[in-house]
Amino acid sequence: MTADTVLIARDLARHYLVSRGAFRQPATLKALDGAGFTVKRGRTLAVVGESGCGKSTLARLVTMIEPPTAGSLQISGHEIVGASSDTLKKLRSKVQIVFQNPYGSLNPRQKIGHALEEPLLVNTTLSAKERTERARAMMANVGLRPEHYERYPHMFSGGQRQRIAIARALMLDPDILVLDEPVSALDVSIQAQVLNLLADIQERLNLAFLFISHDLSVVRHIANDVMVMYLGRVVEYGSRDDIFRNPQHPYTRALLSATPMADPERKRERIVLKGELPSPLNPPSGCAFNPRCPLAFEPCPVLRPALLAHEASLVACHAVNKPEATTKAA
Amino acid sequence: MALLDIRNLTVEFKTASGWFRAVDGVSFKVDAHEVLAIVGESGSGKSVSMLAVMGLLPWTATVTADRLQFEGRELLGMSKRERRKIIGKDIAMIFQEPMSSLNPCFNVGYQLTEALKTHLDMDKAERRKRAIELLSEVGIPAPETRLNSFPHQLSGGMNQRVMIAMAIACKPKLLIADEPTTALDVTIQAQILDLLLKLQRETGMGLVLITHSMGVVAETAERVSVQYAGQKVEEQPVRGLFKEPHHPYTAALIAALPERAHANRLPSIPGVVPGQFDRPQGCLFSPRCGFATSLCRVEVPPQQRELGDALCHYPLKNGVALGHPGKGEAA
Amino acid sequence: MSDAAATVADTRKTGRMTLLTEFWRYFSENRGAVAGLAVFLFVVILAVFADVIAPHAPHEQYRDAFLKPPVWQVGGDYRFILGTDAVGRDILSRLIYGSRYSLFIGVIVVSISLTLGVTIGLFTGYFRGPLDNAVMRVMDVFLSFPSLLLALVLVALLGPSLTNAMIAIALIQQPHYVRLTRAAVMSEMVKDYVTAAKVSGVGRLRLMFVTILPNCMAPLIVQAALSFSTAILDAAALGFLGMGAQPPTPEWGTMLADSREFVTRAWWVVTMPGIAILVTVLAINLMGDGLRDALDPRLKRS
Repeated sequence: MTADTVLIARDLARHYLVSRGAFRQPATLKALDGAGFTVKRGRTLAVVGESGCGKSTLARLVTMIEPPTAGSLQISGHEIVGASSDTLKKLRSKVQIVFQNPYGSLNPRQKIGHALEEPLLVNTTLSAKERTERARAMMANVGLRPEHYERYPHMFSGGQRQRIAIARALMLDPDILVLDEPVSALDVSIQAQVLNLLADIQERLNLAFLFISHDLSVVRHIANDVMVMYLGRVVEYGSRDDIFRNPQHPYTRALLSATPMADPERKRERIVLKGELPSPLNPPSGCAFNPRCPLAFEPCPVLRPALLAHEASLVACHAVNKPEATTKAA
Repeated sequence: MALLDIRNLTVEFKTASGWFRAVDGVSFKVDAHEVLAIVGESGSGKSVSMLAVMGLLPWTATVTADRLQFEGRELLGMSKRERRKIIGKDIAMIFQEPMSSLNPCFNVGYQLTEALKTHLDMDKAERRKRAIELLSEVGIPAPETRLNSFPHQLSGGMNQRVMIAMAIACKPKLLIADEPTTALDVTIQAQILDLLLKLQRETGMGLVLITHSMGVVAETAERVSVQYAGQKVEEQPVRGLFKEPHHPYTAALIAALPERAHANRLPSIPGVVPGQFDRPQGCLFSPRCGFATSLCRVEVPPQQRELGDALCHYPLKNGVALGHPGKGEAA
Repeated sequence: MSDAAATVADTRKTGRMTLLTEFWRYFSENRGAVAGLAVFLFVVILAVFADVIAPHAPHEQYRDAFLKPPVWQVGGDYRFILGTDAVGRDILSRLIYGSRYSLFIGVIVVSISLTLGVTIGLFTGYFRGPLDNAVMRVMDVFLSFPSLLLALVLVALLGPSLTNAMIAIALIQQPHYVRLTRAAVMSEMVKDYVTAAKVSGVGRLRLMFVTILPNCMAPLIVQAALSFSTAILDAAALGFLGMGAQPPTPEWGTMLADSREFVTRAWWVVTMPGIAILVTVLAINLMGDGLRDALDPRLKRS
C-alpha cells in the first residue's frame, strides 16, 4: 500500500434483515457482498450497475452512514471496522458525499452560507468570521456569486444546487468524495458544466472520487477505473480503457451495447438482455446473472464464479475464466 | 396529408405573477409510418406542446394555434365529446413514470379492458381475449396470470409494457411517448425502445418520442425537432442533425455530450435556460450563445427554411456561421 | 468555463420580507381567513386595552340595575349597552375582560402542548424502536377517550381551578402534536439533506432541533392555530361545568354557567358570552384554514 491509496475495501458486505410479516423468519437481503477495490488520490473509480446492484449501499458504507456487516474498509490509512467512535468522528470528515437529487439534498430552511458553514461549525473551532471567509472563498471556487450567500435553496436551479452541494462537501477538506449519480438529474448542457467543475476540483485538490453512475457515457468520460456490479456483487473490475474497449463479462457487454450512443451512423449490434432484474431477496443460485446470460452453461446455476484475473481486468464469470468451456457452450 | 399538423402553437400559463409562455409558436408535422423525436432540456416546452394536442392541460393554460389538425380535422374548437373520440383511440400517449401512470387500486386486466370498453364495441369475453393478446404483444410472459396482477407487483419495465399495451389497445394512428424510458434501467430501456419501434413498424402508426437524451434520439428517430425555451430552434433528419447541426444550440448540445469529448473538459454551454422572469429580447439563446451579436440580442431571428428551419440570424453551415460579422463584433 | 454559469449578477430579493410577502399573498387569497384575522386582532386589542375600553370594572355591582336588558330593548340603559347580569354587573365589560382569560388560556395551553408534543414527537420519530412503540400506544390511549371527558377526570383529580383546567386541556391536546411531529420527522429523516448533515458530522441534538425541526413546522403552526380555538372552547366547557375558572372570574364559560337559571327570563345574560365564544372560535378557525392554505406545500398551487 502506498501513501497515495486513500480508500481500500476488502470483502465488503452489507446485509439487511427484511421482515416478511409476523409469523415468518425475516429474510436476509444481501445488498452488497464481497466487494473489494482501492482508490488513489487524484483518481476516479466509477461504480456502474442498474438499480438494486448495491452501488448506493456501497456509498452508504464508504461515507460511514452505515457500518459494514463484514469485510474491511480503510479510509486514509485507518481501518473503520472496530474503530473507536473518536477515530470514526475524525475519519468522517475525510469522506464527503454529493447526492443525485439536487432538490432533496439541501435543507430548504437553511441559507446557502449557513449550509456551507455548518460542517465547520460542528467540526472545527474556527471563529464565525473565519467560517464566513472560508464559505465565501468556497462559493467562488465552485462558481457561485457572493450574493448567493444569503439565498435559500429554492431560488436555485438544479445545476446551481449541485454546485452548492459540491461546495458543502468540500468545506471539510476531505480526501475522498463520493458522488452518487451527481449529474443524472441534470440537463445535458448543465451536466457538462458540473462534470467540468468536478474535473477542476479533482485536479486542484488531488481528491479521490468514488463516482456512482448508471450512465456509461459519463463514466467513460470521467473514470480512471470502472467496477461493474450486478445484484450486490462485483462482476468486472478494471481500468476504464480495458472495460470499454475489451469488456469481458457478458453483463458488461450487454450494458455497453444497451447504452444509447448519440451517433446515428453507428452500426447497432445490441445485445438485448432477456427478462428483468431478479429480486435481490431471492437471487438466482450460482452466478446471479445466469438466467439472463447468453453464455450460461452447466456450472453457472450451481457454482458462484470467483472474481479472477483475466487479461488486464478482474472478471467473475465461468465462461470467461475457462476459455475451453466457452467454446463448448457456444 | 400529414397525420398531425401543428402550426404556430402557443401555450401560455396563468401564474400568480403573470403569464408564462411555455410553448412559443411551434410548428411541425408528423406522418404515418414516421418516428419524430422532440428533444430539449427541461423547460423547453416539449411535453407541454404534446399535452396541448391531447387536451390534457390544466385550466390555467391558454392554447392558441393557426392550425392544430389531426387527419385534417381541427382539434381546437372541437367539442369535448368529439375530441374524446379521437384522444385515447386514434391518438394515445404514454408517460415517464409507469408506476404513477397506472392506478394502484385496480389490477392490470381491469385497467386494460377499461380502455377497450370505452372505445370499442366488444363483449366481456372478447375484451379479455384481446387484453391477453395485447399483453403478449408487448412481451409480457404468462399474460393470463398477469391480468390479475396489481401495478405494485410488477417492475417498472413491466408496468411500462402494460402502459404501452393500454396505449395500443385501440390501434391508434399516432402514439406520443413522453420520456418513456427515463425512469428505467439501461438494459430495460433498450427493451422498451425496441418494443416501441417494433410496434410502430408493424402497425404503421406515427410515433412522437419526447426525450432529453441525444443517445435515444440517435438510435430511434428518423426526424428530430429541437426545442429550446418553448421555441422550435431546428428540425432535421436525424443523420443530418448529428452530422451538421445548423443552430448553435444544437451544435453546442451535441458537443457537450461526454461521449463526444476529446479533451479532459467538456465544451459546456454557459448559463441556464431562461425562465419566466429573465426571458431575453431577440433570440432566446443569445445570452448563452458563442456567436451572439448585438443584432441577436435585439431582434427575433428568422427561420432559415433552407437550413433545417434553424431559428437563427447566423445559421451554421459546414461549421461556419453564415453572415456572421466575425469574432470582434461577437463579444 | 465552469464559473460562466454565474456571470450575471443575481438581483432577486432575499430575506424574511420576501418570505412574508409570499406568505401574505397566499393568505390574503382566502377572504374568510383575512376576516378571521381581523376579528382575532380586534379581540387581542380588546384584551390588551381592556382597562381603557371597558366602561365599567368587571366586578362592580350596580344595585340599581339587576338584569337590565340591552340598550335596544324596552327598559335598556345606555350605561349598560349589552345589559347587566343578576347581580348588576355590566355584561359588556365582563366580556371585554373575559377576552383576556380566553386568549391567556389559548396561549398557555398551546405553548404547553406544543412544547411537550413536539419534543416527544421529535424524539420518538428520530429514534424509533421500542420506546417509540410504547410512547405511541400511550398516545393512542389518550386519543381513544372523548377528550372533554378525559379533561374532566383530570381536573377532578387535580381540583377545579383555571390553572388545572389549562393543564388538563394541554395534556389531552399534546398527542395530536406528537403524531404530527413524528410523521413529519419520519418523512424528513429519509431526505438527502439530513444524510448530508450526518456525513458532515452534525450531532444528534443539532440534527433534530436545527436541521429537521424547522422543516416540520408548517403543519404544526396550522395545528397550533386550530387547537388555540379548541382550547378556548374546552376551557369554556369546563368553566360551564364548574370545573374551570371559578366565579366571579369573568371567564366566558363561567359566565354562561352563572346565568343558566335566567335563560327564560333574561336571554341576554346567556346569549352574549355564547356569541363571544362563537365569534372568537370561528374567527380563529377561519384564520387556521388560511394558514393551512398558505403554509402547507401540498395544497400550494404553482
